[in-house]
Amino acid sequence: MKEVIHLPVQNVEEEEYHINMGPQHPSTHGVLRLVVSLQGEIVKSLKPHCGYIHRGIEKMCEKDTYPQIIHLTDRMDYLSAHINNHAVCMLVEKALEVEVPERVKYIRTIVDELNRIASHQLWWCSFGMDMGGLTCFFYGLRDREKILDIFEESFGSRLLHSYYTPGGLMMDIHPDFQKNVKAFIKYFRKKIKDYDELLTGNIIMQLRTQGIGILSKEDAISYGVTGPSGRASGFACDVRKHHPYGVYDKADFKEILGTKGDTFERYMMRMDEMLESMKIIEQLIDNIPAGDHTAKMKAVLKLPAGEYFQRVEAARGELGVYVVSDGNKSPYRMKFRSPNFSNLSVLDHISRGCKIADLVAIGASLDYVIPDIDR
Amino acid sequence: MDNAALKERILGLVPDAEYQENKQFLTFIIPPAKMHDLAFKLKSEADLAFDFLFCLSGVDMVKFLEVVYHLESTSHKHQLELKVRTEDRVNGAVDTVCDIWRTAEFHEREAFDLVGIRFNNHPDLRRIFLEEGWLGHPLRKDYVDEVNIVEL
Repeated sequence: MKEVIHLPVQNVEEEEYHINMGPQHPSTHGVLRLVVSLQGEIVKSLKPHCGYIHRGIEKMCEKDTYPQIIHLTDRMDYLSAHINNHAVCMLVEKALEVEVPERVKYIRTIVDELNRIASHQLWWCSFGMDMGGLTCFFYGLRDREKILDIFEESFGSRLLHSYYTPGGLMMDIHPDFQKNVKAFIKYFRKKIKDYDELLTGNIIMQLRTQGIGILSKEDAISYGVTGPSGRASGFACDVRKHHPYGVYDKADFKEILGTKGDTFERYMMRMDEMLESMKIIEQLIDNIPAGDHTAKMKAVLKLPAGEYFQRVEAARGELGVYVVSDGNKSPYRMKFRSPNFSNLSVLDHISRGCKIADLVAIGASLDYVIPDIDR
Repeated sequence: MDNAALKERILGLVPDAEYQENKQFLTFIIPPAKMHDLAFKLKSEADLAFDFLFCLSGVDMVKFLEVVYHLESTSHKHQLELKVRTEDRVNGAVDTVCDIWRTAEFHEREAFDLVGIRFNNHPDLRRIFLEEGWLGHPLRKDYVDEVNIVEL
């Protein structure tokens, strides 16, 4: 009779092992690789590996003129393309001391907020999908389509607009713009209730997100976590409120702040922000002053030698643009402080001790866009 | 604290800091050896409380390499820009501040990767975007790459 061989039993629970999440993983929403150290299914630590989509945008900027750079900023955080454009435009206007017409400021603010809603809608789609609810994906995309249609009608493109130019706008808005935006707000106010019924109140979703991935206010500030993710921890970091630009100082809106800083709170921030964004648009849409859609600008823009910094509130947090100019038509050095890059750095800290399935939820609530991390 | 008072306060902490005229921020050039000590005081002293490092950039100014820190206090709302310079292009290093502001860990890795500035005592100073073994640092002004950069 053949002797039975007993293999030594290894205690899998005690052994630490590493798995790669990504670069091709649906929950990373792009090419990001997370090397996760696991004990059983508990996350011990993780190391993000970036750079799979590094295009050297900062290097390219050193060769390009300022109007050309606008087109590169679209391709960083492509879901808040308008807001990225806004940062560079305001920086150039500040350096050249150009005062843009009021009409431009109004239109830019409204379009920024539409862009923010569209971005949060897509976040909601993917958040639902990461939690296993595919219906969310169709609901969110259906409503986002309405905003993209408005964008297409006025600016000629749906994702990468490059609509803002230094000094103003590429062209004036479509005659139906105001009518369509108002119709969209009326439509979306009804639909956002469906969002709450479908996902926010869902008990499975709540159990999977409440008390998971807690980020304290001190850590949020120290790690530079801005945007809805930082505000969920109580970090008042809304650039629109604290360093107003455009016509945000003329609109009445709340800075949504959370207290708990868990995944569910980060979810709620964005849901409430969509309502606030709609409130801003409603206050401004009927008051767009008549006038020119661009200020008079020189054909070649040369920034006076010196340093400039411009901060804006992108959909995922604070975008900072730092330019060192030597007086030429291209910047000497251009640095983008992208919100996702800082937000990613906290992932290791808040996911320690969570289960691997929670890591997907935490990642979804931080809402990272990979091209913005890698630039 | 307004900028005039803040200027006095910083010069009190680091007497050999060099004030630099800047329209937007109050700017100082800090000697590299004093940066870490100053950073610690900026964060911990109650009237300064610079707890938010909102940008850290590496710049190649050809004569020297420069690290630019943009700081803000979330409680007092004042802002500050600090610069640290190193003239050694091969082994030039400044002290890390990532034990004070955790966000600096990634930003310093980026400055190391793209500009080639080393940071002393950094816990994990590796390239962040480019692969290990990449030659040179792309954002340096003397960087040459005939394969990946297409001259137009």
